[in-house]
Amino acid sequence: MKNTLPRLLLLPAAVVGSLSLFALKTETAVLPDADNAGLKLPAGFGALKVAETGGRARHITVTPQGTIYVKLNRPNSAGKGILVLREASNGKATVSSGFGNYGGTGIYSTPEYLYASSDQEVFRYKLNSKGEVTNPEQPEKIITGLVNRKQHESKSITLDKAGNIYVNVGAYSNSCQVKDRQKGSLGIQNCPVLDSAGGIWQFKADKLNQTYGNGIRYATGLRNVVGLDWNAQTNQLFVMQHGRDQLYDNFPSLYTSKQSAELPAECMYALKRGDNAGWPYIYYDGQQRKKMMAPEYGGDGKKEATGNYLEPAAAYPAHTAPDALLFYTGTMFPEKYRNGAFIAFHGSWNRAPEPQKGYYVVFQPFKDGKPSGDWEVFADNFAGSAANAAAGRPEHKPCGLAQGPDGSLYVTDDKQGTIYRIVYAKK
Amino acid sequence: MKFLLAALGLLTWSSGTAVAQKKPAPKAKPATATIPAATLTAGKAVYVQNCLTCHQADGGGVDGLNPPLTKTTWVLGDKTRLVKVVLNGLQGEDIDGEPYNNVMPAFDILTDQQIADVLTYVRNSFGNKASAIKAPEVKTIRATNKK
Ligand code: HEC
Repeated sequence: MKNTLPRLLLLPAAVVGSLSLFALKTETAVLPDADNAGLKLPAGFGALKVAETGGRARHITVTPQGTIYVKLNRPNSAGKGILVLREASNGKATVSSGFGNYGGTGIYSTPEYLYASSDQEVFRYKLNSKGEVTNPEQPEKIITGLVNRKQHESKSITLDKAGNIYVNVGAYSNSCQVKDRQKGSLGIQNCPVLDSAGGIWQFKADKLNQTYGNGIRYATGLRNVVGLDWNAQTNQLFVMQHGRDQLYDNFPSLYTSKQSAELPAECMYALKRGDNAGWPYIYYDGQQRKKMMAPEYGGDGKKEATGNYLEPAAAYPAHTAPDALLFYTGTMFPEKYRNGAFIAFHGSWNRAPEPQKGYYVVFQPFKDGKPSGDWEVFADNFAGSAANAAAGRPEHKPCGLAQGPDGSLYVTDDKQGTIYRIVYAKK
Repeated sequence: MKFLLAALGLLTWSSGTAVAQKKPAPKAKPATATIPAATLTAGKAVYVQNCLTCHQADGGGVDGLNPPLTKTTWVLGDKTRLVKVVLNGLQGEDIDGEPYNNVMPAFDILTDQQIADVLTYVRNSFGNKASAIKAPEVKTIRATNKK
């Protein structure tokens, strides 16, 4: 390049040519699909379908070089649980390879390492300077032996900036009843599920074969967290809890099915080490903005919770299932999005017989590291139509979020395996 | 005209059940015997109250969590196994090769009649067609039901 420069200066036409080439490279050549991939977006935004993976695409990460890694809920027909996608300059990608013979949800990358989880372990892979995994068949097993009893099995992961990894272990129960999800069954005192699940554990990101004894119980009383992210501005872990189900089914004398569809709120929590969010003893009523005593533990729909439980940082419609949380730090999107949170809501089932809700990506504005102002639906219509959403029969279910190196927002879908990319087109 | 007749013929042909009913079918098992409307209404009421949240109004279930009740080998198959799902609940069992990660609670609090009605309703809704389950059958299965 150094050698060619003086010569180019002598040739104005070539200069123009190379400049426009340059412009093509830095400016995004990525073109939204004519129908914005079927999504409804705010003005100025566009979307494209990057790829159809055909798998249950859970979480996703994009390296600084633009390599996309997608974690599948279960291995595909070739036996691969992690897909590698490479994009052409127009933004369309093909699955270039795969590895990892295990299903799961969590995937996360730093410039040096790729982390991925099965439903009981966390693995680490070395990335080279091109963002390629160098040891696809010999990952380091950094965490092992986490509880997996099928219900709330996802082990979502994120890292802080100090070499720690945070793992969710979901409670294998709805509300710690003696008989799970059975009508009228009461809660077990000193809920035993909490000894190994129902919270967030902190481990070292670089130590092998850690399990409960090596980790720190970072937070407890969280029923199930699938979306979590580290907020680099406040140096704090934020998580999205899936609230408990079936208030009406299990306690029909205390709740109507309408109330049961709207209770409890799905909550965002800003965690500090040692926090307790109160599951299974309490739930959060988003309409009254109150922590309520769970009916399994003496509640009657009216009694407020007692005890020192964490206040949510923000609350969202019941049962809509927040499966991914991402703090946006890019510069592609307008200023208002910077350091705010995107949340992928997988969509509800527990609102039946009321209309189902969710199947969208929400934007939650933040100011000084705290939610500030009302959340808004950012990307809608993954369901394909309002009727599909209401019936709980969506075409796509948003599950994972990642920020690309240029500031694009990637969204996965674990219903059909579509990978979406949302870009901002206006200058 | 010929064309019209052919089209009509096709139409009746495609609505296979209508054709089947017109034929003096060999007096088969009571599998296709009509279920009294009252039984279906009673069964639907039990379904709405106890099953709908998980298996959904259309019986289609919820991906990866709650299995569909549409033409599964459990719904259409062995009655004893089916009744026991309702009496005992179910967890960790693959349904026609698919794993589901939620828990089906036991419904032994339902009466023999309620269980018979709801299963008869399920076996004759959501595209299913199978014989009724009677309260005395549930009673017998409950009596020998090992938990
Ligand atoms: C809390 C959610 C829930 C409720 C309520 C519930 N089920 Fe289920 N049901 C499940 C789950 C989960 C399974 C699968 C369990 C497994 O895979 O081991 C299942 C399995 C079944 C099956 C066998 C598999 C199939 O799909 O054919 C039948 C039949 C069934 N349920 C019927 C019912 C009926 C009838 C009711 C109401 C009386 C009911 N269920 C209430 C969650 C539920």
